[in-house]
Amino acid sequence: MANLLSIITFIPLVAAAILALLLRGDDEAASRNAKWVALTATTATFLVSIFLLTGFNPADTGFQFVEERDWILGLKYKVGVDGISILFVLLTTFLMPITILSCWEVKVRVKEYMIAFLVLEGLMLGVFVALDMVLFYLFFEGQLIPMFLIIGIWGGKDRIYAAFKFFLYTFLGSVLMLVALIAMYVDAQTTDIPTLLNHVFASETMNVFGFHIVGGLQTLLWVAFFASFAVKLPMWPLHTWLPDAHVQAPTGGSVVLAAILLKMGGYGFLRFSLPMFPVASYQLSGFVFWLSAIAIVYTSLVALAQTDMKKLIAYSSVAHMGYVTIGTFAANQQGVDGAIFQMLSHGFVSGALFLCVGVIYDRMHTRDIDAYGGLVNRMPAYALVFMFFTMANVGLPGTSGFVGEFMTLMGAFQVNTWATFFATTGVILSAAYALWLYRRVVMGDLIKESLRMITDMGRREKLVFAPLVAMTLLLGLYPSLVTDVTGPSVSALVTEYHAAIPASGTVQVAGH
Amino acid sequence: MISADISAILPELLLALYAMAALIGVVYNGKDAWTGTLTWATVTVLVGVAAWIGLSGSGAQMAFGESFNDDAFSRLAKVTVLLAAASVLAMSEDYMARSGLGRFEFPLLITFATVGMMVMVSAGDLMVLYMGLELSSLSLYVVAALRRDSLRSTEAGLKYFVLGALASGLLLYGASLTYGFTGTTLFSGILATIQGGHVSVGLLFGLVFLITGLAFKVSAVPFHMWTPDVYEGSPTPVTAFFATAPKVAAMTLIARLMFDAFGGAVSDWSQVLALLAVLSMFLGAIGGIGQRNFKRLMAYSSIAHMGFALMGLAAGTLDGVESMLIYMVIYVVMNVGTFAFILSMERDGAPVTDINALNLYAKKEPLKALALMVLLFSLAGVPPMLGFFAKYTVLLAAVDAGLVWLAVAGVIASVISAFYYLRIVYYMYFGAEGEALDGRMVPAQWLLLMGSALVMVLGVVNLFGVEGAATAAAQILVR
Repeated sequence: MANLLSIITFIPLVAAAILALLLRGDDEAASRNAKWVALTATTATFLVSIFLLTGFNPADTGFQFVEERDWILGLKYKVGVDGISILFVLLTTFLMPITILSCWEVKVRVKEYMIAFLVLEGLMLGVFVALDMVLFYLFFEGQLIPMFLIIGIWGGKDRIYAAFKFFLYTFLGSVLMLVALIAMYVDAQTTDIPTLLNHVFASETMNVFGFHIVGGLQTLLWVAFFASFAVKLPMWPLHTWLPDAHVQAPTGGSVVLAAILLKMGGYGFLRFSLPMFPVASYQLSGFVFWLSAIAIVYTSLVALAQTDMKKLIAYSSVAHMGYVTIGTFAANQQGVDGAIFQMLSHGFVSGALFLCVGVIYDRMHTRDIDAYGGLVNRMPAYALVFMFFTMANVGLPGTSGFVGEFMTLMGAFQVNTWATFFATTGVILSAAYALWLYRRVVMGDLIKESLRMITDMGRREKLVFAPLVAMTLLLGLYPSLVTDVTGPSVSALVTEYHAAIPASGTVQVAGH
Repeated sequence: MISADISAILPELLLALYAMAALIGVVYNGKDAWTGTLTWATVTVLVGVAAWIGLSGSGAQMAFGESFNDDAFSRLAKVTVLLAAASVLAMSEDYMARSGLGRFEFPLLITFATVGMMVMVSAGDLMVLYMGLELSSLSLYVVAALRRDSLRSTEAGLKYFVLGALASGLLLYGASLTYGFTGTTLFSGILATIQGGHVSVGLLFGLVFLITGLAFKVSAVPFHMWTPDVYEGSPTPVTAFFATAPKVAAMTLIARLMFDAFGGAVSDWSQVLALLAVLSMFLGAIGGIGQRNFKRLMAYSSIAHMGFALMGLAAGTLDGVESMLIYMVIYVVMNVGTFAFILSMERDGAPVTDINALNLYAKKEPLKALALMVLLFSLAGVPPMLGFFAKYTVLLAAVDAGLVWLAVAGVIASVISAFYYLRIVYYMYFGAEGEALDGRMVPAQWLLLMGSALVMVLGVVNLFGVEGAATAAAQILVR
């Protein structure tokens, strides 16, 4: 299995091409076939990706399953995974069949919908396995196309505004990264990520148009990457596209957006910013800490005021991503391990929460919190599932949400106590908005006339939630499943990061 | 000696002879009745000449006392120009016939223009340059006004002619200044004069005027004024031709002139080109936002694209020339596909160019809509389409040459221009219900649309060998 990663990446793309070119017609049968093809392809991808885990050696901190081929313009087609990226690959392959299954009731242009999701999966996997900067950029940016269409075609009322905002906002962030990628290539004469990880970018203070840039080239590159990843993650105050996109996207789109697409920003920080620009990361970590602390507190407060369920969960996502950045830039073992853990956990939990909204949206066609109340009387199973994921979102011990938040905060506390103090208040706030949402939607008496005939979850819907519940519990109770895989790679990353810092002390002195 | 000279210009010679013979033949025998046959014959001849030039050996030779170059650089440009001309003729035959423009002059004028462009890209002397440029320009003035009874078309023709004549005048003035200060019109002679690196003020003026004249041809800002009006007013096939072949010819000519004649003064012209590039990118990006007419929108799109290609040249390096060539080839393919689509846009037998007409087009014609979407995303430079790699190479060349500010400006402009490409995708895929298009697509248009969309996707694998050709071509110029 020398080209396992290519197989995993290209199964969905090939399936999409088959659907696009071979499946004719737009009738009932064609739609059903499209759904089955998509489900089969995503499930097959997941099954093949399990081989990745069995063949992976966590103790080896280098890249594994590496494939390398010459490509155009001096670039290389190079893929591989290490302890940091492998779990994101598995998260993606794991969540996609669930997403497809959750879209089973889509009626409009089913074939195109499935094609869009398959293309999206292929590109997302590509981001996590790419070991060439430009290849990474290609996949990173390519996702805008299917996601633009998913929001635009199958979205809600204001979908056009949301789709354009999503595209242009993220595009602007990414093109600055493109210039930075090119500048890195010019500096290091390679686009090969493993080589770049060992390349030292200049960090001597330099003058740009009369401005004194401490950290020099590293700071400039760091800022360009930050523009892209902070939009993607998203970080406050660059998060404003996310609530719009989430609210307007169809359920499946929201799930993918929250569970996987947002993780690319966090992954980017771990793959590029931290190891390649350690000096800049070190100097700007205080900035990131405070942005994250503000993000956690501010977006939690904003979430409290929402009347739209999806918007509330979207803001809660921004808050939870704050823990990711705070853990990442703490740059110690607990912090970075926690950041990865938090991203995986958030992938399951936020995906599930959007699915929870989707379940009642399918029945009532409204996401307005006020339109619901007392659902527990008619939907006991739903109430249980929703309760479980609400608790996971709050970070109840025993669920994966707790582990991620605890580890990131523990890591950050050692570096910046005050920012961590404010970030920790977010845990309380998240309990407030999440439980309040739960109370308003599920608890109480069923007094709304329209809800009298609402039905509980069907078998398909239960099947969708089952794996998510299992994973949330499993990771909550046995977190070393994740940390055993990520640990060695993270520890290597952290060691190299700290090895690069002493040099910066002298640079700073020289700069002043 | 003479035979060597003749063999160097044999393709141009034969193409010109073919056009003249066909002209005489058709004029005496039935005129417009022959248009269809003549068009396809011309397509065959153009493709044949392209294949001949493309496959005929390697090596570089000069003819007529160094005033005419036959080398890898000119061959790549010629093949691109010839294939672009052939594609435009192939996709417009049906359109011309049905809109009452089936005149036999059209394919022949296109052929003459193509001969002119072939001379342009081979020029090694300011006089040869001017001759080629005028041959192509005069043919283009006529085809712009091909629809004689339309006010728009005649206006386009006249506008193009007046402004084009002005540009030619500036170019000639630049040429005479250059001659006055160097004593020669040969590129190699000019190069030898400024070998020391010192450029006299007079020569500098000559250089700027030469650039001005040529910038008009590539519609670089601030010499772009004619572009939107001429694109909109001319018959669509003519617009398609304007957008492709002459752009390649003029852009490669700029490269040839800058490196072969002014190679010793890179820093002098690179800043001029950088300024043209940044202005073009932004004007093209911002000007296109308000456009509802697809042809006018493509005019602004091509202004922005020319800005990007100029960015590659402004780098003034080997990579820069190579990236410009790759950019132009990809640009031509994208435009051929897009115009093949625009040609097929019609309702009740009348051509439509309003982008509103594309509302929910994807529901009716999923495959064609998909192909156009691929082309539009490629034009916007979104990966994984080939258009991204075109932008990537020029950005790389610019950053490598230290023009980071230009690269940053370029990517910001590309985000702005993404808006108008996206809007067409939005109309096609999730617009409002509206009057639908009912035009059919003739096989040639369909093939060109699908072919160029496929190239945009599959080209990512190996660029179809253009990279190697562009490297070889660039090495001719940058020594």
